[in-house]
Amino acid sequence: MIDAIDFQLIAAVQAGLPIAARPYAAIAAQLALSEQDVIDRLLSLKARGLIKRWGVVVKHRQLGYRANAMIVMDIPDDRVAELGRQISQLSFVNLCYQRPRQGETWPYNLYCMIHGKSRELVMQQWAALQQSCGLSGITFEVLFSRRCFKQRGALYRQACQPRLEASHG
Amino acid sequence: MLSPLHKQLLNNYQQDFPLSPTPYRDIADQLGVSEDEVLAAFQVLAEQQMISRIGPVIAPNAIGSSALVAMAVSDADLAWVAELVSSYPEVNHNYERENRFNLWFVLIGDNEEHLNSVIADIEARSGYPAMLLPMLADYFINLGFELNLHD
Repeated sequence: MIDAIDFQLIAAVQAGLPIAARPYAAIAAQLALSEQDVIDRLLSLKARGLIKRWGVVVKHRQLGYRANAMIVMDIPDDRVAELGRQISQLSFVNLCYQRPRQGETWPYNLYCMIHGKSRELVMQQWAALQQSCGLSGITFEVLFSRRCFKQRGALYRQACQPRLEASHG
Repeated sequence: MLSPLHKQLLNNYQQDFPLSPTPYRDIADQLGVSEDEVLAAFQVLAEQQMISRIGPVIAPNAIGSSALVAMAVSDADLAWVAELVSSYPEVNHNYERENRFNLWFVLIGDNEEHLNSVIADIEARSGYPAMLLPMLADYFINLGFELNLHD
């Protein structure tokens, strides 16, 4: 489990590591910890899977990946895990989640994200995905993003309840 | 234009940024450049908004309670409803998408109760119902965002 200090540490680094010679020392000074303690705690949080990755978070839009499609699919429940894992293997897929259907309003249970340099490329990749995963005939919708109103790291407050067991690898 | 150094910094350090006292010097050593060049290049990437930050990506729902939420908002109301949604500190991503459900945002609450109260507040203040889509399973293993450096 994570303790109160881990919690403060996550909150402190969530806004981003300073771009300076000793960035962990700068974080440590804020929290009255030692530099090595900060590093050891981050290594431990990463080893335990709470930090899924530690590094550069890119802004794909600024890097020319302006076509961002969220594709939602209606997959038979008994095949969703298998197909979710298969779709995740494809190099151009960025995220793949199962989410609950919302009746007839929104009958989709599998979501994946493709970031590409153009709509045409994304649609070609989606066609390739359907073919390689045997998805012909499924019901789906492709939702390209238009405006980005907000993108930043999540803010965690002290009252947040750690739930390590709820994390899905 | 991105220099080869910028591209290496963007591509190689999304998953395993060094957890050592001098991470930028370690990167410099790995890439055969000076620490000052690495620091300057990261400054440029940050100033030009090509990176959001150097930091953690927390496993979904490992801390607190999060959900994706969709709303179907009229074109006339979209700008102010989007602004309202973005104003909540609990919201970290907020996008317009091409669909009848045209506003999509991710929020994180301290727990499920807090999450639900924020969503209820957004519904009350916007006048639009919210469709709550919590994650049931995360199938994604291949981490980070792979940039094509050859074009």
